Amino acid sequence: MNPQLPLFPESASALSGEVDLLFSIWCVISVFFSALIAGLILYFMTRYRRRHPEDVGANERAAIWLEVGWSVIPLAIMLAMFAWGTRVFFRIYRPPKDAVQFSAIGKQWMWKVQHPGGQREINTLHVPVNQPIRVTLASEDVIHSFYIPAFRVKQDAVPGRETSIWFQATKPGTYHLFCAEYCGTEHSRMIGWVIVMEPQDYENWLAGGATGKSMVASGAELFQSLACVTCHRAGNAGDTGRVARGPALEGLYNRQVKLADGRTIIADDNYIRESILTPTAKIVAGWEPVMPTFQGQVSEEQLTELIAYIRSLGPAGSAPAGGGQP
Amino acid sequence: MNTSAAATPEPTTAETAFERPNYLNAVYGVRSWLLTRDHKRIAILYLISVTIFFALGSLMAALVRLELLTPEGDLMGPDTYNRVFTMHGIIMVFFFLIPAIPAVLGNFLVPLMIGAKDLAMPKLNLASWYVYNIGAAFTLWAIFNGGVDTGWTFYTPFSTNYSNTYVVSTALGIFITGFSTIFTGLNFIVTIHRMRAPGLTWFRLPLFIWSTYATSLIVVLGTPVIAITLLLVGAERLLHLGVFDPKLGGDPVLFQHLFWFYSHPAVYIMILPAMGVISELVAAFARKRVFGYKFVAFASVGIAVLGFLVWGHHMFVAGESVYAATIFSVLSMLVAVPSAIKVFNWTATLYEGSISYETPMLYALGFIGLFTIGGLTGVMLATLGIDVHVHDTYFIVAHFHYIMVGGTIMAYLGGLHYWWPKISGKLYPNFLSRLSALLVFVGFNLTFAPQFVLGYLGMPRRYWSYPPEFQVLNVLSTAGASILGVGYMLPLFYFIWSMRYGRKSGDNPWGAVGLEWDTTSPPPTENFYTMPVVTQGPYEYNREEVHNRLTQEAPLG
Amino acid sequence: MASSPLAHGAHHHPALAHQFDTMEQQKESSTLGMWLFLVTEIMFFGGLFLTYVVYRSRFPAAFLLASNSLNVLLGGINTAVLIGSSLTMALAIWAAQVNWRKGIVIFLLATIGLGSTFLVIKGFEYHDKFVEHHVPGPNFNFVEENPNVHIRQIAARDPNLGRHASIFFSLYFIMTGLHATHMVIGIAVLIVMVVLSWKGKYDARYYNPLEMTGLYWHFVDIVWIFLFPLLYLLGAHAAR
Repeated sequence: MNPQLPLFPESASALSGEVDLLFSIWCVISVFFSALIAGLILYFMTRYRRRHPEDVGANERAAIWLEVGWSVIPLAIMLAMFAWGTRVFFRIYRPPKDAVQFSAIGKQWMWKVQHPGGQREINTLHVPVNQPIRVTLASEDVIHSFYIPAFRVKQDAVPGRETSIWFQATKPGTYHLFCAEYCGTEHSRMIGWVIVMEPQDYENWLAGGATGKSMVASGAELFQSLACVTCHRAGNAGDTGRVARGPALEGLYNRQVKLADGRTIIADDNYIRESILTPTAKIVAGWEPVMPTFQGQVSEEQLTELIAYIRSLGPAGSAPAGGGQP
Repeated sequence: MNTSAAATPEPTTAETAFERPNYLNAVYGVRSWLLTRDHKRIAILYLISVTIFFALGSLMAALVRLELLTPEGDLMGPDTYNRVFTMHGIIMVFFFLIPAIPAVLGNFLVPLMIGAKDLAMPKLNLASWYVYNIGAAFTLWAIFNGGVDTGWTFYTPFSTNYSNTYVVSTALGIFITGFSTIFTGLNFIVTIHRMRAPGLTWFRLPLFIWSTYATSLIVVLGTPVIAITLLLVGAERLLHLGVFDPKLGGDPVLFQHLFWFYSHPAVYIMILPAMGVISELVAAFARKRVFGYKFVAFASVGIAVLGFLVWGHHMFVAGESVYAATIFSVLSMLVAVPSAIKVFNWTATLYEGSISYETPMLYALGFIGLFTIGGLTGVMLATLGIDVHVHDTYFIVAHFHYIMVGGTIMAYLGGLHYWWPKISGKLYPNFLSRLSALLVFVGFNLTFAPQFVLGYLGMPRRYWSYPPEFQVLNVLSTAGASILGVGYMLPLFYFIWSMRYGRKSGDNPWGAVGLEWDTTSPPPTENFYTMPVVTQGPYEYNREEVHNRLTQEAPLG
Repeated sequence: MASSPLAHGAHHHPALAHQFDTMEQQKESSTLGMWLFLVTEIMFFGGLFLTYVVYRSRFPAAFLLASNSLNVLLGGINTAVLIGSSLTMALAIWAAQVNWRKGIVIFLLATIGLGSTFLVIKGFEYHDKFVEHHVPGPNFNFVEENPNVHIRQIAARDPNLGRHASIFFSLYFIMTGLHATHMVIGIAVLIVMVVLSWKGKYDARYYNPLEMTGLYWHFVDIVWIFLFPLLYLLGAHAAR
C-alpha cells in the first residue's frame, strides 16, 4: 500500500501516476456532484418540509434551458474524461519498441514466467527498474488475467490466442501479482510477486539463478530441429540448387504482408502463431500453400520461443529468390 | 365524468372499504390463489416467491462476508466459497432483481394506473409465475446438490470444459425463468398500448408506466439472447460441441460478447423500474408534478435503447480491440446522460414541494444519493485508463452493488412501503419502518463504501483468501452487512404483522394523486367500481384534491 | 382505445375475455402480443445466426466442405414441403373467413401433415449424419473415414479441418434442432386448433386464434428459408 495515502496502492510504474491522477480528478468531480445533489436534497427537505397535512407543492413550468444545461454540462465533462482516459489507455496498450520481451503462461493455478534469457520462474517476476518490459500472455486452459496493481496494468490471458501487457517499473520494491479472472478452485492463490530491482541487482539475480537458453536461442534451435529452415530461407538457386519454398522471415516482424486473397495484414505475434498452427489460413501472395502444420507438435512454450526467435530476425541482406514478397 | 357499465356491483353505503368485497376476500382457499387470473393476486404470489429467493441470496451473501472476515480461507473450502458467491449472484440477479419490481409492483399497479380491469393476458400472467417457479426449481435442485462454481457470468471455457458442478441444470433453470420474464414483458407492452382508459394519452401516463414500458422493451429484445447463449453452453457441456472451446477452433471471447449483449441491458431491466418507482414516490411525497416529465419519460426510453450499445465495456481487458474499446467507452458515457437527467429532475421536483418524511420518501431520497454515487463510479469505469486497473476488483463489486442494492432494492422497499396500504389495506408501524430505512442506509454504505477502496488498492473479486493488508476494510464491510441484514429483516416481520394487526389505512393515507388511488384500498377484483375516464396529467396536486383524498373514501360512482 | 360496450348493445361475443371492452380491442391485443413474441424468436435465433456468421467467416473452407456433405435434395424437398404448409395454413384462415368449418379442419390437418412430413424427412437426414459419423462428439469423424478423397487431401495440409467442420455440424444440429422443436410445438398447437375448429369455435366473426397460429407457423417457415441456404447451399453456385 502507498504509505502516504493508504487508499491507493504503491505507484511504481511510468503510467501509474497518470492513472491515479485520472482517478483522482474523477473522484473530485464525483464528490462535487454528489455533494451538490445531497446538499440540494437536504436543503429542500428542510426548507420545503410539509407544515400542514394538506399542503401541496407549487408546480412550476418546465425550464428547457435547465434540462439542456444539466445534460450538456455533464456530457462535456464525461467526454473530456473519456478523451483523457482513452489517451492513457492507448499508452497502456502500445509498448515502446525497445521493450524487453518476457512471457507469462497462465495455467490452473500458477503463472509460468520466462525471462528473455531463458530463466524461468513460477508466480514471481524479477524485473530491472526503469526498463520497458513487455510480457506476452498465454493460457493453457481457462481464461486468467495478469494483474499488477502497483503498475495499474491488467490483461486477460485467453486460451487460443496470445495477448500482451507492458510496463516500465520506476521504483524498486516488491509488488503483488494477482490473477484477476476467476479460474476455479485456487483462483485466489494464483498470486505472486513482482520484484523490481536495480539493474546491477537484477544482473546478479540472473547470474545466480537458474540459467537456461534464452527464448531466442531456444527458438533458433527449434527453427532448425523442426526443419523450418528448409523452406524459409533467403537462398538463391545457387547454394543448394533449390529455390526457397517459403517466404524469408528476416525483418518480417511487424511488417505489412500481402496475402494471396488480396488482403494486407501486419505480421504480429498472432499472425506468426497462426501461421505455425494453421498455415493455410493466410497464404502470402506469390507463394504456394505447401507449409505443413505444426499443431500438436509444439507446446505453448515452444510457440513462444519460436515467435521470439522470428521477432529477433533483423532485416536480411539479400532479397529472397522466387519472386515472392516476404 | 362518463360512466361506463359498472365494473363491480356497488355495495351499500353502510359497508366500509374493508367489508366491501375486495380482491383479498373475494374468494378464499388455496386453489383460488394458485389458479387466480387476478393480476393483484399474481403480484402477491410473486412477492412470496421473490422474497424466498431474496432470503436465500442474502444467506449466501452472509456466508461470503463471514468468510471474508479473515484473510485466510478458514470458514469453508475454496470450492464451497466459489459455489456460494456464484449462487449469490445467480439467485440475486435472475430470481430477485430482474423480476422483483416488474412482477410484484408492476403486476399489481399497471392495470390500476392505466384504469384497466386487468392485464391484457391474465392467463399468461399466471403461467409466467408458474414458469418462474419451474425454472427456480431446477436451480434449487442444482443448489441442493452442491451448486455451481462458475460465477454468475459462466465464462467459457471454464464453465463448458472445466467446472465439475451442475452448470447445465442451473443454466436450464435460468433459461426457463427467462421465459417468465418475457411473458411479463409482452403482457405489459400490450396492456400499455391497448388498454389505457379513455383520455389517458401517452403523456398523461405516470412515469412508473413509462419505466415499465421501457423495461419491457429491453426484456423482449434482450432475454432471448441469454437464452440462446445458455443453450449453447449447455450443448457444449453435454454434447462436446466446439463453439466456445479454443481447442476445437471455438472462441471464448465470443461467449462474452453473447453473454454481455443481454447482461448489460439486463442491468437496465433492474434499474429502470426502480427509477419509475422513485418518480412516483417523489411526486407523492413532495405533492407536486415531477419536474421535466417529458424529459424523464424520454430518458427511460433512451436508456433502454442506448443500453443495447455498450456491452463491450465489460470486456476492455478481455481481448477486444482498442478501437472497439474506445467506441464502447464513449457510448457508455452517453448512456449515463439520461440517468443524470433523471437525478436532476427528481431533485428539482423537491424545490417548492411540500415534503414529508414518510418511510417511502426516506427510501426515495436514499436512492437518489446512492444511485448518484453508483452512477458516477460507473462513468469512472467507462473511462478506459481507469478500468484497466480496477476491472475484476472490488471496485466493480462496489459499483454494481451501489446501483443494485443502493438503487434497486431501496426503490423496491420504498415502493412496497408506499403501496402497502393499497395492497393490503393496512398500515405498518411508522417508527419501525423508518428505523429500518435508516439501518438499510447506514448498513449499506458501511458494507460497500470500503469496497471501493479495496478495489482501487487492487483486491481482486471472487477471492476466497486475500493478502492480510486488506483485512481492516473487509471487516468494516462485513460489519455493515450485518446491520444491513437487520434492516432487511424488520420489514419482513412488520409487513406480515400489519396484515393481521395493523391499523386500517383508509383508501388513501398519503393523499396521493393517481388512478390507483381512485379506488378502494384494497381494490375490488376488477379494480374500479366505475371505470375511470382521464381528463388531466398524472400528478395534478391541489389542496382540494388532497383534502378529499385524505378524508373521504374512494368514490363509488 | 376502448369504447363503451353499451354502444354495441348488451350482447358480448362469448369469446370476449372479461378484461377487454370489445372484440376489436381483444383482437388488437392478441395480435400485438404475438408479433412481440415473434420478435423474441428473432432475437433467439439471431444469436445462433450471429455465431454461424462468425465461424463461417473464420473457417470458410471447412464450412464449405461440411455443407456439401448435406443432402440438398432432401433439404430442397423439405423447403417445398414447408412452403406448402404455409399455404395450407393461409387457406385454413381463408376457410374461416368464408365460414367453411370443414375447410378449416381440412387445411389445418394438411398443415399438420406437411409439417410432420418435414420432421420425418429431417429424421432421415439426421440418421444419415449419424451413420456417416458427422455428429459431433466422441464418434465424430469427418476426415479419416471420409470416402471423399478431396477432403482427405485438404485435411493433410489443414489439420484443423475436422475440428472446424465439427463446429459446422454443431451449428447444423443446434439450428435445425431448435427449428424442429419449434415445429413440434407448432404442430401441437395446430392439433388443438383442429379440435376447436371441429367444434365450431371459429367463423368469419371470430378467428383470431387461427391467425395467431398462422403467424407463428409462417415465422417458423421463414426461419427455415434462412437456414436452408446457409447450411445446405454453401458454394453451390461455384464451379470447383
